[in-house]
Amino acid sequence: MSSRCRRALLALAILALLAGACARPAPPRAARELRVCADPNNLPFSNRRLEGFENRLAEIVARDLGASVRYTWWAQRRGFFRNTLKAGVCDVVLGVPASLQMVAPTRPYYRSTYVFVYRRDRGFKIRSFNDPALKRLRIGVQIVGNDYANTPPVHALAARGIVDNVTGYTVYGDYARPNPPARILDAVASGEIDVAVVWGPLAGYFAPREPVALALVPVAPQIDLPFLPFVYDIAVGVRRGDERLRGEIDAVLERRRGEIDALLDRYGVPRPTPAGSPGAA
Amino acid sequence: MRDTASGHRWEGSEQFYRGAILALGLALGLAGCRTRASKEDGKPAAPARSAALAGARVAGQPPAQQDDGQWLMPAKDYASTRYSALAQINTANVAQLKPAWTFSTGNVRGHEGAPLVVGSTMYVVTPFPNILYALDLTQPGAPLKWKYEPPVLPAAQGVACCDVVNRGAAYDDGKIYYNTLDGQTVAVDAAAGGEVWRTMVADINKGESITMAPLVVKGKVLVGNSGGEFGVRGWLTALDSGSGRIAWRAYSTGPDKDVLIGPRFKPFYPQDRGKDLGVSTWPPDAWKIGGGTMWGWISYDPELNLIYHGTANPGPWNPDIRPGDNKWTAGIFARDPDTGEARWFYQWSPHDLYDYDGINENVLLDLELQGQHGQRRKVLVRPERNGYVYVLDRVTGEVLSANPFVHVTSSRGVDLKTGRLIEAPDKKTGFGHIVRDVCPAAPGAKDWQPSAFSPRTGLLYMPHNNLCMDEEGVEANYIAGTPFVGANVRMYAGPGGNRGAFTAWDPAAGRAVWSVPEPFPAWSGALVTAGDVVFYGTMEGWFKALDAHTGKELWKFKTGSGIIGQPITYKGPDGKQYVAIFSGVGGWSGAIVAAGLDPRDGTAALGFVNAMKDLPQKTTPGGMLYVFALP
Repeated sequence: MSSRCRRALLALAILALLAGACARPAPPRAARELRVCADPNNLPFSNRRLEGFENRLAEIVARDLGASVRYTWWAQRRGFFRNTLKAGVCDVVLGVPASLQMVAPTRPYYRSTYVFVYRRDRGFKIRSFNDPALKRLRIGVQIVGNDYANTPPVHALAARGIVDNVTGYTVYGDYARPNPPARILDAVASGEIDVAVVWGPLAGYFAPREPVALALVPVAPQIDLPFLPFVYDIAVGVRRGDERLRGEIDAVLERRRGEIDALLDRYGVPRPTPAGSPGAA
Repeated sequence: MRDTASGHRWEGSEQFYRGAILALGLALGLAGCRTRASKEDGKPAAPARSAALAGARVAGQPPAQQDDGQWLMPAKDYASTRYSALAQINTANVAQLKPAWTFSTGNVRGHEGAPLVVGSTMYVVTPFPNILYALDLTQPGAPLKWKYEPPVLPAAQGVACCDVVNRGAAYDDGKIYYNTLDGQTVAVDAAAGGEVWRTMVADINKGESITMAPLVVKGKVLVGNSGGEFGVRGWLTALDSGSGRIAWRAYSTGPDKDVLIGPRFKPFYPQDRGKDLGVSTWPPDAWKIGGGTMWGWISYDPELNLIYHGTANPGPWNPDIRPGDNKWTAGIFARDPDTGEARWFYQWSPHDLYDYDGINENVLLDLELQGQHGQRRKVLVRPERNGYVYVLDRVTGEVLSANPFVHVTSSRGVDLKTGRLIEAPDKKTGFGHIVRDVCPAAPGAKDWQPSAFSPRTGLLYMPHNNLCMDEEGVEANYIAGTPFVGANVRMYAGPGGNRGAFTAWDPAAGRAVWSVPEPFPAWSGALVTAGDVVFYGTMEGWFKALDAHTGKELWKFKTGSGIIGQPITYKGPDGKQYVAIFSGVGGWSGAIVAAGLDPRDGTAALGFVNAMKDLPQKTTPGGMLYVFALP
């Protein structure tokens, strides 16, 4: 209370110092901010109420660096990186594919996979895109947009001539509703579709929240021919050229390995065994 | 490739005419025909009524010499000619043109708009956040009279695909009408600047936005949506100009009742006839998110009482997972403006593979065929994204000719018997294989940038692109937390090495008369006057005046930023002729400057950045209106 009053009254020049001194008893470097670019409405990754695992990861990284988290909110759509990270209004995106060329990625901190999702009460045993059942069932896929880009399941199904029984759910969805990409899970639960092919973290978080039991099965193959990966390494992204911050976050990810793994477990993020090892489909 | 295409075309046209309608070959007939514009000299009170004179004029009459000096809609008239009968500024004196005054919009995004002049007031709309400024032309320096700031949701910026542009407003019956990026249509009192009504017509939460300029026809404000990239379903809607209530909405996909197809729908070609083709030419349910948005231009023929509008490309599926013609995308509709009912349809690019939005301008001309006892046809001229200038019969939707105006490899011409674009199987795109040398590239031979037509020269003046593209390999991307792979699209200059050109085209003969190469895509609109001067701007910021007959450069002025706006001309309260243009680089092609994209990332802005790498060395952002006059 008193600290708030003083903040309002005192000059900008000493605001940072004061915040550091009053907000909590910490060494002077606590005035540092970790400026995070994030989507305000996209669980399980992030939301404005800080309920996503990337929100939690932001706290872990900030705590380790002795910083506080400040968010720039922007829907994660085309232009997200341009208007946030590249515009310089924030410095870090907590989930990007490790091969994304728009940013400088850290070392990956998790790997996930697309999964088949279906109701357990249907008795399916679908593990592969080559399962003949996919030719007759109603299949839902996540779709991205035109201009030659779409999610890997779209390509894999099309390559097998599976087209007419496929329904698309845009990852953009209706942004007025919470977590728009989650609609595809609702569609499986309600029986609108029989099988969905969904990015693992999304399925892992929302499947247990549906009213019926859903099975999540990592898709096979992990890499469809000619080159269509279903498994992606996810890293933290910083601006190209920001080597110092990238190095710092790499070190944090290393130091907090156990804590981060536990976080991902809590959110049900499916993490496949490496290709070729026992248990891989 | 081009020659082959040309051979197909003429062969087809002759057979068609012999077999179906005319005794004479089309080649002979078209080669010798004269043209004139449907003339319109709109008065502020009733542009519709004055336009009603248009088609009634006898072909061959000299064009009107009078012009009330106003500019009431971006295309100047319902026929979309962008022709002004003002002639104070002409080929003899244009070299003396000087800036008269300027106005800064304080906005650094792409300025694609056209100013309006109504009486002694000029109106300009900025890119997002879409502020409307009224400037007093009776005072020195045209000071600000008032501004209107609509409440626009900032979130719309994250939804707009290609910069946050606005293509202008329209005037009718005392009100200025325009659209906001977040999906609203607004009506503002042209005199006092007060809001008359404001209607939310699109939903940004579903990926819809609006960038187009409305057209007002018989008390209806016609508006279409943008956002094909987001899996939206395209539509054109009509709002009552008095109340802002939605009168009708016509979708570009889905069942006939949604598309407003009924008993009066008479398409020329059999492939466009049948029940619910907007459903059956798609895999099940794909039409629900099928694209076909309408973010471009609308024309109107008062005599036929038909509006003409294109539809954008199909989406958001890859082509290989949406087999079929994907109707009614990448085509053109003729509709009754009163009810929205479709009267005919023609598809430029069935099952579009290349992002060829079919939303370009439709120039309505009356074309007289010589040696046909004065027979003339009501035609619609369309420089289309797929690389052909089409001449359609605007009564029936029949294709009379389609000739390439750039190097085309993505198709092999238009079969004039069937009306169908002839596919080029070797340029078929698909996941996992490399396709090179696809011309034109995704922005098309000509994107939205509107052309102008002079009834004095009979020529269409087209600012356009000369771009090809490769699709190679795959690249990881990430949207809404979902990783995916997309083709790596890279665009580059087509034959000749120039990325753009400004071309004078004889629509009757189907050939270019002259063409001026431009280093960058010519992304501005065009303007032509009775002074036989044609104006356009370049992405480096040059505003140029050429001789409309020869293409000779007569004058140029370097504005502060690249030009992607639409030039207009008007007569000021002092009786002098002025020419006005927005400077302010941006748009899809200029996003590398306006949005600060990284030139090292050639696939940014959907591959356009690769073709525009040197633009940041040539210009910087900044929105400014320039107005020129003779000393």
